[in-house]
This record gives sequence, structure tokens and C-alpha cells, in this order.
Amino acid sequence: MGPFKIVVCVKAVPDPKKGSPSFDPVTKTVRRAAQDLVMNLLDRHAVEEALRIRGGFGGKVTVVSMGPPEAMPVLKESLALGVDRAVLLSDRAFAGADTLATSKTLALGIRKLGQFDLVLAGSESSDGATGQVGPQLAEILGIPFVPKAVKIELYNGAKPGPSSIDHTECGEGVFAMVTGEVECGLREYRVRLPALFTVSRKINEPKGVTMMGILGSRGKEVEVLGAADIGASPGEVGAKGSPTLIRAVEGPPPGRQGEIISGDPDEAVRALVEKLRAKGVLV
Amino acid sequence: MDFKLTEEQEMIKKSAREFAETVIAPKVAAMEETDEMPEEILKGLGEYGFLGLTIPTEYGGNGLGHVARMIVLEEIGRVSAAVAMTLQVLALGIEPIVQFGTEEQKNKYLPGLAKGELFSTVAVTEASGGSDPTAAQTRAHKEGDEWVINGRKVFITNAHLADVATVFARTADEPKPSFSCFLLEKGMEGFRPGRKEHKVGFKGCDTGDLIMENCRVPESQMLGKEGDGLKIALKAISEVGRPGMTGCALGILAASLEAAVKFANERILYGKPISKLQAIQFKIANMYTDLEAARLLAWRAAALKDRGERCDVEMAMAKVFSSEAAVRAANAAVEIHGGYGCMMEYPTQRYLRDASLLAPSAGTSDIMRIVIARAALG
Ligand SMILES: Cc1cc2nc3c(=O)[nH]c(=O)nc-3n(C[C@H](O)[C@H](O)[C@H](O)COP(=O)(O)OP(=O)(O)OC[C@H]3O[C@@H](n4cnc5c(N)ncnc54)[C@H](O)[C@@H]3O)c2cc1C
Ligand SMILES: Cc1cc2nc3c(=O)[nH]c(=O)nc-3n(C[C@H](O)[C@H](O)[C@H](O)COP(=O)(O)OP(=O)(O)OC[C@H]3O[C@@H](n4cnc5c(N)ncnc54)[C@H](O)[C@@H]3O)c2cc1C
Repeated sequence: MGPFKIVVCVKAVPDPKKGSPSFDPVTKTVRRAAQDLVMNLLDRHAVEEALRIRGGFGGKVTVVSMGPPEAMPVLKESLALGVDRAVLLSDRAFAGADTLATSKTLALGIRKLGQFDLVLAGSESSDGATGQVGPQLAEILGIPFVPKAVKIELYNGAKPGPSSIDHTECGEGVFAMVTGEVECGLREYRVRLPALFTVSRKINEPKGVTMMGILGSRGKEVEVLGAADIGASPGEVGAKGSPTLIRAVEGPPPGRQGEIISGDPDEAVRALVEKLRAKGVLV
Repeated sequence: MDFKLTEEQEMIKKSAREFAETVIAPKVAAMEETDEMPEEILKGLGEYGFLGLTIPTEYGGNGLGHVARMIVLEEIGRVSAAVAMTLQVLALGIEPIVQFGTEEQKNKYLPGLAKGELFSTVAVTEASGGSDPTAAQTRAHKEGDEWVINGRKVFITNAHLADVATVFARTADEPKPSFSCFLLEKGMEGFRPGRKEHKVGFKGCDTGDLIMENCRVPESQMLGKEGDGLKIALKAISEVGRPGMTGCALGILAASLEAAVKFANERILYGKPISKLQAIQFKIANMYTDLEAARLLAWRAAALKDRGERCDVEMAMAKVFSSEAAVRAANAAVEIHGGYGCMMEYPTQRYLRDASLLAPSAGTSDIMRIVIARAALG
């Protein structure tokens, strides 16, 4: 077995701190090039987690992103955070991708990089926010998937684990104990690797880029791969490979209305309960 | 000639901005209140590598240099001039050791200073007058193998924080006064911080006295050679202390401009934002021009320093221009805010108080003009 290989999917998104992104009214896509792109916040958590795992388990961390050339600083930033390798999948043919075409492109890129043991992604992006890329990518790569991880622990072979589970039945190879968020709590999974996990923001506290990290990334180049490099056929990527058509992008309707019920507290409470009943909130 | 920041410099700027906005900004109000520097900020300065910018990699620093330092100081000064001032004088304290330290002294102090395990300063000024260091009354005389130091330094940044200080002292009167520098450590017998100043600005940045009372140190604590004191102190002050003040000034300029623009766009008078009034626009145009001009002077001087070229005149120009521009900008920001500008709820009053401290520190504007005029007149 070679070194343990972790791939992290990172999306370059418009800076959410600089207000809502602008949309191209014709293509209905975010005008990415027009704004400063930053690393999707949850992906920073994913990178942090990969670096943490590497710290304890050894191995190599590669960041993969599909995006325009303007995403380059985001990949450089990942190198300054300490990842070993950064790959930008960039080609005009990738433009206009929906989540399916994005996942296919990422899968082709990741396979092109060779053997891998673990893929991490954010549970959703701050712009598209569909949360579909993680599960779709796992499906295409044919590996197990756990959403919204808040804790990841790796074990090599039959090592005693943190819980009452008998790990001996796992036999040889690396597996992970993953705690993921579900609707009403947490769920613990035991997963054989390779696998893909998306991360929740609760998984860690990402550290910032340090001066030492910037110095350490000097001379490390971002590799750029196009459609031909990853063996993508024109029909399966970009707008052509996207079954989803966005008809319109609209902001949420304004006009939430507050109402103040004044007067005697007992009567006000009664009036409130009446209103909630009328709306069907209370039965 | 290319005035664009490199990709690497952009990354340095982003890192410093993130540190300033996430670690420093939430603490500014408390610093104004208590005049104390929070532990987390000092710890963060070390963790982010901001203390290692001017320390070579072989001594545990990152050596990214003086342009990088200028960028970092502006970003930090934009959020807190007090933190920028603290950081700038930490680098001032580092410089004499980098430039003149023996291998042993460098190995003893620099790795700890780079990580933020140790803090430093330079102590030159005395009550006898900062503009004339040769009037210094602190004396060191030799007894056997030891130097015995007596005197009192005033207005020393990081006086209470510093673990190691480069202290400037008179070591001979005849045939003419001559000075030397000593590395004094916190806790050495006869060496202690004294009075803590209450300043109008830089709240949270420590300024105070350092007192030497029969402080005995071995020869190994002398920095450089006997009689080199003036050269050591002036080189550090002119090449690191002055650009440090410039970095603080850039931060105040940038913050004043941002506050003014925001307020001018939001304040409605006569049915429209006051940013539509030409009188307001002209003030903002001046602030913007001052910021850009100050940056160019600052970056050029810092680039000369990074290349190891002579830069004292350029550093003086950047210092006097940026510190005066920062006062103008902070004052304009207060004016644009009307009555709100004088209220403690708005940051503009802090910018003006902080800006007023820029000129005296590390050499007054008159002293800068003397340096510049000397170069101009030949
Ligand atoms: C407002 C808006 C609405 C959209 N609605 C839809 C829609 O309804 N259906 C649809 O198919 N497409 C939609 N898109 C397009 C979609 O944003 C892109 O296809 C995008 O490349 C992936 O989807 P996502 O941003 O929702 O990713 P998510 O699934 O939310 O992202 C989860 C994680 O996947 C990884 N990831 C996502 N994109 C990339 C990438 N380019 N490179 C590397 N890693 C990545 C990251 O780790 C990320 O944290 C929409 C886009 C916008 C801006
Ligand atoms: C916030 C702050 C932090 C400081 N930190 C440090 C520190 O870390 N270490 C340190 O050693 N010192 C420090 N100082 C001291 C600083 O360097 C001195 O205050 C400065 O050099 C001026 O000295 P002075 O205050 O004694 O003024 P003086 O030298 O007495 O000057 C009084 C006035 O005379 C003017 N003047 C002087 N000489 C001339 C001349 N030849 N021609 C025309 N005008 C002249 C000056 O410009 C000034 O207006 C700090 C000061 C401040 C305010």
C-alpha cells in the first residue's frame, strides 16, 4: 500500500461577506469572474480535517477544484494551508455545469490522480447550496458516503475502537468511525475505505493561513487539467452534460410582517393562541 | 515598474486581514476600556508568523521581509493601531539582534522572539530628550568582567511586556561621549519596568519607563562593539521603527477612509446621501489620494530595505508623510461624521486619538524633515 491519500473537493465561491452574488440574467449562473472568489467556508473545514488526519495518520492531501482560472488564488491558498498538491480542473467545456456534470468532472479528475483512500467535501456550497455534489460524486466513484461528519477517526486493521463495536470483524485495511449529523441528532457509522464524507462546520475550527505556510508553499505550483487531460467527452461535462436547466433565480420574497399584540398580558396570550390555531400551528 | 502586489503578497494581506477581523476586532472595545493587551492577540501574532517576518529562517523566523511587514501592519492597524504599534516595536526590538547580535545572542533570543515566546523592545529615549539621544544620562561602567548600568528610560513601548530589551547607554565621556547597547532581560537584578503611561491613544499598547539600578551584566550581554551604540540604535529606529510607524499610519488612513465613505453613503441630508455633496467628495478624494501616496512611499522604502540598499531618507519621507496624512484623514473622518464623529460609539474619535501619537514616536516630524533636507541639500 502506498501513502494514505486524501482528496478534498474545494469550490471557489463569491465572497459571502461582500453581499449576495450577482447573477448573469441570461445564463442564470453566478458571475464568478466578476467577484473576488474565496474558498467555500465548509471546504475550509474539510481541508482542516484532511490536514488533521494527515497529522496523525500520515499520507498526502490533494485539493481538487473545478472552476475558472480566477479560482487559482483559492488553490494557492490551500497550498499555503499545507496541502501537498492542488489541482484545478479548468476548461471552457466545463462551464455551465449543473451538479451532475460537476460531480462527473470531479470524478474523472480524481480518478486521473490515481489511487485514493478518502475523499472529503463540504456538505454544501455557500452559493449553489444544493448539497448534491458530495453524494453524487460518491455514487459515481462507487464508494460509501456519509453526510455532515462532525467527527472522523481512522483505524488501520483490527484495532480496538472508541465504542462498544467489535472492530475485529473489519479485518485488514483502513476503516473509519464517522459521526454524522442527522435531522434529530447524531449517527455513528463504521465505513470501510475508500469512502467519501461531507463535513459539517462543527467538525473543527479551521486555522488561517500563516506566514510559515505561505513560505512553505513557495515554488509549489497549482496543476491545471482540461477536459482532454482527464478524458472527458464533450457531452458529459459542462452545460452540454447538464440535465438541469435553471429557469429563473429570484431572491426570497420580502415582506415578513410583524404584529404586536398589546394590552392585558392574559388577553394578549389568548389572542396569540387564537391566531396560532387559526394558522394551523396549534391544533 | 510594477506596483501590483504579487500573489504571495495578496495572500499575506488576506491572512493579516482575517486575523485582524476575527481575532483583534472583537477585543478592541475592551482594550479601549482596560488599556490592556489581550493574551489571545499576542499568542495569535506568534501563531500567524507576524513576529517572524524580519527574522531569517535559520533563526526560526519566516524572513518574508519588510514589504510583507508593511502590508501586515496596515491590515492590523486598520482594525487596531494599538496592536499594530505593539507589533511594530516587537520588530524594532528584534532588529538590533538580527543586525548586530553574535551567533550566540541570535540563537538565544531569535527563535523565541519569532514564536512569540519572548517579546522585545528598544530603549533609547530619556527625559533628557528623544530627539537628541546623545544627551542620554543612562551610564554603563565596567567593574571587573561586568558592566554596571544605571539610569531611566521613558516612553518605552512594550516596557512591561518585553522579556529582552536593547538598552542604549553612555559608556564613555572622553575624548567624546560614546554609547553602547546592552541586552537586558526581564528579571535581571537591578532591571525593572517602572511607571506605565496613560496615553490619549494606542489603548492596549504598553508604554512606560525602564529602570536600571546597579544592573550588572556580563560582557556577553553587550550588543555589537563598545562605542557602536548610536549606530545600532539609529539603524534600527530609522530602518524598522519609522516604517513601523508608517504601517500604523496606513492602517489609520485606510480605516478613516472606509468609515468616511460608509457614513457619507448612509447619512441622508436634503433627501440624499451627503456623499452627493461636493464638499464631502473633495474630503474623501483627498483621503484616498493620501492613502495611495503614503502606500507607494512606504512600499518603495520597504522594498529598498528588503534589497539591502540604503533607505533612511525614503523611510523618513514615508514616515512624515503618512503620519501627517493619517491625522488629516482621521480629522476629515470626524468632520464628515458631524456630531457623531465625536461620540465614543463611533470609531472615528479613536482614529484621531491614535493618529496624534504617530508623529512623536520613532522620531518627530521635525527630525524627519532634517533627515530629508540633509539629503536634498547634499
Ligand atoms: C443560486 C444557484 C442555484 C443553483 N441551482 C442548481 C440546481 O438546482 N441544480 C443543479 O444541478 N445545479 C444548480 N446550480 C449550479 C451548481 O451551483 C453548480 O453545478 C456547482 O458546480 C455545484 O453545485 P453546488 O454549488 O450546489 O454544490 P454543493 O453540492 O452544495 O457543494 C457541496 C460540496 O461539493 C464540492 N464542490 C461543489 N462544487 C465544486 C467544484 N466546482 N469543485 C470542487 N468541489 C466542488 C465542495 O466540497 C462543496 O462544499 C446552482 C447554482 C447557483 C449559483
Ligand atoms: C507612543 C510612543 C511610543 C514610544 N516608544 C518608544 C520606544 O519604544 N523606545 C524609545 O526609545 N522611545 C520611544 N518613544 C519616544 C520617542 O522616540 C520620543 O518621544 C521622540 O523621539 C521625541 O522625543 P521627546 O518626546 O523627548 O521630544 P523632544 O526631543 O524634547 O522634542 C520636542 C520638540 O522639539 C522638536 N525638535 C527637536 N529637535 C529639533 C530640531 N533639531 N529642529 C527642530 N525641531 C526640533 C521636536 O520635533 C518636538 O516638536 C515613544 C514615544 C511615543 C509617543
